[in-house]
Amino acid sequence: MGNMPFVVSMILVGLGFLALIVRRNLIKLAIGISVIEMGVNLFLVSLGYVRGGIAPIYTYAPPGFKEMVFPTPQALTLTAIVIGLATTALMLAFAVVIYRHRGTLDAGKIRELKG
Amino acid sequence: MVHAPILAIAIPLLGAFALPILAKLNRRARDLWAVGIALVTLVFGLAVAGQVFASGKPLVYTLGAPSPTASVTEGGFPIRIVLVVDALGAFAGIIALLAGAIGLFYSLQYLAEEEGKTLGTSLLLLLWAGILGLVYTGDLFNFFVFLEITSIAACALIGYRVWESRPPEAAFKTMAMYTLGGLLVLISVGILYGEYDALNIAYLSKLITGTLLDKLALGLLLGGLLMKAGAVPAHMWAPDAYGEAPAMATIVLVANTQAAIYALLRVVFTLFGGALATPGIGWLIASLGTVTVLVAVLMAVVQRHLGRLVAYGAVSQLGYMLLAVGVGVVAAGKGFGEVALKGGIFHMINDLASVGLLFLVIGAIRRAVGSVDLLSLGGLGHTLRWESGFFLLGALALAGIPPLNGFASKFLIYESTFKASPILAAIAVLSSILLLAVVVRAFHGVFLGPKARDVGPAPWGMLVAMGVLAVIIVVFGLFPGFFIERMVSPAVQALLGGRAAYLAAVLGG
Repeated sequence: MGNMPFVVSMILVGLGFLALIVRRNLIKLAIGISVIEMGVNLFLVSLGYVRGGIAPIYTYAPPGFKEMVFPTPQALTLTAIVIGLATTALMLAFAVVIYRHRGTLDAGKIRELKG
Repeated sequence: MVHAPILAIAIPLLGAFALPILAKLNRRARDLWAVGIALVTLVFGLAVAGQVFASGKPLVYTLGAPSPTASVTEGGFPIRIVLVVDALGAFAGIIALLAGAIGLFYSLQYLAEEEGKTLGTSLLLLLWAGILGLVYTGDLFNFFVFLEITSIAACALIGYRVWESRPPEAAFKTMAMYTLGGLLVLISVGILYGEYDALNIAYLSKLITGTLLDKLALGLLLGGLLMKAGAVPAHMWAPDAYGEAPAMATIVLVANTQAAIYALLRVVFTLFGGALATPGIGWLIASLGTVTVLVAVLMAVVQRHLGRLVAYGAVSQLGYMLLAVGVGVVAAGKGFGEVALKGGIFHMINDLASVGLLFLVIGAIRRAVGSVDLLSLGGLGHTLRWESGFFLLGALALAGIPPLNGFASKFLIYESTFKASPILAAIAVLSSILLLAVVVRAFHGVFLGPKARDVGPAPWGMLVAMGVLAVIIVVFGLFPGFFIERMVSPAVQALLGGRAAYLAAVLGG
C-alpha cells in the first residue's frame, strides 16, 4: 500500500498522455497537459510524505510530536503549481485567439503550418 | 564583482518588470532603460565569464548564505541554492548574452509602437534572464524553474502577433511541447530527490551510482531536453516557432535551444558523468543528431516560406551539435572525442551567429515587404543591398563554406565523426552540401532577378545589429584557432576532466 500514491500519480500522467494522443480539441489538449501536471505534483508531494507526520512548521508544532513530513517537496510542488497555472493560462489564451481566427478548436482542421 | 552571477540574472528580470511602468511615463525613457539594462547585464555577464576564464576554476555563488562562498553548511551538506559557472557555463553564458543584447538592440527599431513594443521588449528581457539563469544555476530544481521561465516567455513571444492567424498556432504547438518536456524534467528531478534527498547538481553527481532509477531519471531528462532543443522526432515545433516569431525574438530562441544543448552536456558529463555516461548513450545521441540533420535538410528543400526554410536549416545545425556531443560521449578519453566536443561547442556560437543573422535579415525583409513567401519575393537585391550581402554571408556560413565560421566548427565535427563512424560523417557532409543548394536557391529567389518593387532600406539600428553578427562570422572564420584556444578548449576541459573540479568547487575539499 505504501507505493499507492506513486502508482496513482503515474496513472494520472498516463491518462494525460492518452488525452494528448486521442483528443483533437485544443482545450482538451490543455486539459491533458494539466492532468499530467497534477500527476507530477502528486508524485512530488507523496515523495516527501512521512506516515503520521505533521505539517513542517516548527512554530505551530504541537508539543511531543514525532515526525514532520519533508518540506522541500512541498515547496517544489507549490512552485510547480504556479508554473502550471501560467502555462495553462497561456495555452488557453492561445486557444481563444486561434478560435477567433479560424472558428474552430479542432487541431485536425488547424493545419496552416504543415511540412 | 563578487555578486556578478546573480546580478546577471536579476537585472534583466528587474528590467523586464519595470519596463511597462516606465513606458507609461515616457517611451524614450523606456528605450533608454532597455538599452541600459542590456549594457549592465552584458557587463556583469562578461565579468563572470572573464573571472572563470582567468582563474580556470568554477565560480560558485551561494544564495542566502552569510557569505557567497559558503556553499556547504557545517555538516558538510550543500543545503543552499547555488549558482555554479564553469568554463562551459561561461561559454554558454556568452552565447546568451550576445543573442539577448543583439536582439534587444535590433528590436528598438524593428518593433512598431502599435505592435506592442513595450510588452515585446519586456518579454525579451524575461527570456534573456531565464536563459542566463538556466546556464548559471547549479541546482536541479532551479534549473526546472528557469526552463519554464524561458518556455513561457518564449511562447508568449512566438505567438506575439496575435492579429495574424499563424503565430498563435505555432505558439500553442510550441507551448505543448515545451510544457511536456519541462514535466519530464520535473519527474526526473522528483525521482532524483526521492532517491538522494538532494537537488544540488554537484552533490547529486557525487551520490549517483547508476541504479535503475538513475537510468530512468537520465532517460527522462534527455527526453525533456531533446524536446526543448527540437531534435527529431520532437522537432515539429521548431520550424513553426522560428518561422512565425518576430525576428528579434528568433535569435534569442536560437540561444534558448543552445541552452538546452548546454544542459544536455551538463547532464551527461557532470550530473551522470560518474556512472552513466556510457557509449550507448553516446550512440543514441549521435544517431538522433544524424537523423535530425538529414530530416531537417530534406524538409528545407520543399519550403516556400523563407522563415521556415531557414528554420529547418537551424534545426539541421542542432543535429550537428547533437552528433558532436554523441561522438564526444562515445569516444570520451580518446583524442577524437575531444575534437568532436570542441567542434560541437564551437558550433554553438557559430550557429547562433549565422542562423541569427539570417533571421534578422528575414525580419528586415518582412518589415520592408510584408511577406516572406519565396514565390512572391524577388529582385530585392537592387534596393536592400546591405541585407542581401548579410544574407549571403549568413547562408554560406550556415552551409559551412570556408573561410567562414561554420566551416571551422563543422570541419572538426566531420573529422572526429569520421573516426567514430564513416557513415554518419558521410551523411553529415552530404546534408551540408544539400543545405548549400537550398540556401543559395533561396538567395537567388529573394535577392536576384529584375527589380519588382521599391522598398526602403532597414533603419540603421537593425543594420548595426546584423553587422555585429556578420563581423563575428568573418572573424571566427578567419581566426578559429584563437577562439578555440581561449574559449572552447577550457569549456571542453570543464566537461572531460572538470567534473572533479566542479564537485570540489561546490562541495569543498
